[in-house]
Amino acid sequence: MNAPMSGPMTALGKLVRTTAFKLTFAYLFIFTVFAFVGLGYVAWNAQRLLTEQFIATIESEIDSLSTQYRFGGLRRLVNSVERRSRAPGALLYLVTTETGERIAGNVGALPPEVLGRTGQFETLYNRTDETGTRPDAAIVRVYLLPGGFRLLVGRDIEERRRLQEIIRRAFGYSLLFIGVLGCLGGWFITRRVLKRVDDMTDITRHIMAGDLGGRLKVAGTGDELDRLAQNLNAMLDRIGELMRGMQEVSDNIAHDLKTPLTRLRNKADEALRTARTSDELKAALEGTIEESDNLIRIFNALLMIARLEAGNARENLADFDAAEAVRDVAELYEALAEEAGVGLEVSVEDSLPVHGSRELLGQAMANLLDNALKYGASPEASARTIAVSARRLDGEVQVVVADRGPGIPETERGRVLERFVRLETARSRPGFGLGLSLAAAVARLHGGTLRLEDNEPGLRVVLALPLKAVDVPQPTLQSAA
Amino acid sequence: MRILIIEDDREAASYLVKAFREAGHVADHAADGLDGYAMAEAGDYDVLVVDRMLPKLDGLSLIRSLREQKVETPVLILSALGQVDDRVKGLRAGGDDYLPKPYAFSELLARVEVLARRRTSAPSAEPTVYRIADLELDRLSHRVTRAGQEIVLQPREFRLLEYLMKNANQVVTRTMLLEHVWDYHFDPQTNVIDVHVSRLRAKIDKGFDKPLIHTIRGAGYMVRVGTEGDEE
Repeated sequence: MNAPMSGPMTALGKLVRTTAFKLTFAYLFIFTVFAFVGLGYVAWNAQRLLTEQFIATIESEIDSLSTQYRFGGLRRLVNSVERRSRAPGALLYLVTTETGERIAGNVGALPPEVLGRTGQFETLYNRTDETGTRPDAAIVRVYLLPGGFRLLVGRDIEERRRLQEIIRRAFGYSLLFIGVLGCLGGWFITRRVLKRVDDMTDITRHIMAGDLGGRLKVAGTGDELDRLAQNLNAMLDRIGELMRGMQEVSDNIAHDLKTPLTRLRNKADEALRTARTSDELKAALEGTIEESDNLIRIFNALLMIARLEAGNARENLADFDAAEAVRDVAELYEALAEEAGVGLEVSVEDSLPVHGSRELLGQAMANLLDNALKYGASPEASARTIAVSARRLDGEVQVVVADRGPGIPETERGRVLERFVRLETARSRPGFGLGLSLAAAVARLHGGTLRLEDNEPGLRVVLALPLKAVDVPQPTLQSAA
Repeated sequence: MRILIIEDDREAASYLVKAFREAGHVADHAADGLDGYAMAEAGDYDVLVVDRMLPKLDGLSLIRSLREQKVETPVLILSALGQVDDRVKGLRAGGDDYLPKPYAFSELLARVEVLARRRTSAPSAEPTVYRIADLELDRLSHRVTRAGQEIVLQPREFRLLEYLMKNANQVVTRTMLLEHVWDYHFDPQTNVIDVHVSRLRAKIDKGFDKPLIHTIRGAGYMVRVGTEGDEE
């Protein structure tokens, strides 16, 4: 049943296509991006803070040294610089002449252009006591002293570089950590979640293979997968129901169509054997046509019920007023009822908006009225009435057809809604046993129900349809009179 | 009356052609959608009878194409599909009437004849007063008189008589009456329609020696002068 996709599937291709792989990959990617952004932000901020601190130190140093120069001249400055240069953990100092000749300080080699500029920048340098080694990086500020001398104060930023190193390493570790965690998460998801999906797939495959009794396991956790399993199970129940319905219908069709078909055949056969005059033949032919028309009616009704149950008619539903539809059909049958000596009492509330099919509701109503006229006749002349009503009740539109006839025993009420079921007492009258089935199918299509109740005496059929919610907001109490 | 039958089932088509000819009409047949389209566009037909499911070009597309080409010949759609929602689709595509299979030929014939008549009389030319013999129906004032005498009708009875008189001298079936007077499309299984017609008849024909509302056996009703074919 699972046709292979185009081309042979490699093991890797299979792996890449699994949801587990995709999920794991997605998690990894997202976490990596987060870690990168987070660590990057920390690193950038730390750097900025450090640099600010360095600059502040350098500036206060320059301030103090230039004060020294101002009060004590070059000598005092040189003394100060010499002394400070020797202190442990000293900053970088350099005092030069205008032409760049070194007077004092602990900075040895410098790129030549550095002293030509003033202001603050980063550069490479060597201390006087460590000539020949690799130059280090520093942030320096060159200050032009009155008299043409230049004062350079700087700070080694090796520390900053070390911090960067630490952060970089932290990033490496966290990548590793995320990778391991992501893979573990992926593994967990595969094991715990997708395993259940795979189980579902297996079970559905079994069910598709013909074991319609199979049901999915519900873990009881109430999560999405449980809901999915419950819905799939409900769907399987419904399919099973429909299948049983189909089975029953085809059995019934076979049985119930056999009778009229046999009658049709016998009539034709008899006419062929016994009819002598053309009038007799004509009558026999008319009889067979009538029988076939009945068969066609049965087929049409069956087809219609089948289509309603399949929900095919749903796309053409519209809003309409059930009150009007009920009144129309009642009016259509009123003449027939009067002819039969039955009074039709119609009481319909105004405006009963329903979403559905006026046509189908009309047909269902016609069936109910047909039945009421056919089977609901009471022998007592005083009780020969059929009551038709439509009203709103508990968010429903209740269409009721009630007669005063013999009614239907409670035990039979469920059964008569099935196709082709006719009560023994009704066998002698014309009909196919499809009218109530059709009305029930119409009710179901509208999301409603068809109920049979005791009218004490008589039968009371309640066709309940959901009332269409009115779009306009409910008016407040001061409704217009 | 010239009728074109576009139907791919040979047996059904030849039955229809024969039956229409027996009823005194000219009937042609096309076996697929493309042939049907070409014939309908070229020929001067009064009515097209189109099966919904056709090879090469399906019935609804055929009707849509004809309407785009401004071919306004009335179309009756025959369909084996159920009647719940297909009628709407068929009429939306430009069909004028719709008949689900299986059907009685008398029903098809009555509908085709009504469609053909509609073609010859433009809707604007529809008179405001229908007259048959001494019976008059005024569509504007909603008054009905016979031999100058006013007859009081219920609104539904008025619409029933109006539809019968609009199609005077033509057979109108029970299903057509349910469709046009009550706007329901199901098969009136019991004699609901007959009861309404006989009530109407009691008001229109009672006390007059020439009945105007006639029952056509096995088909329906007809309003006309004269009694031949009447089987009461």
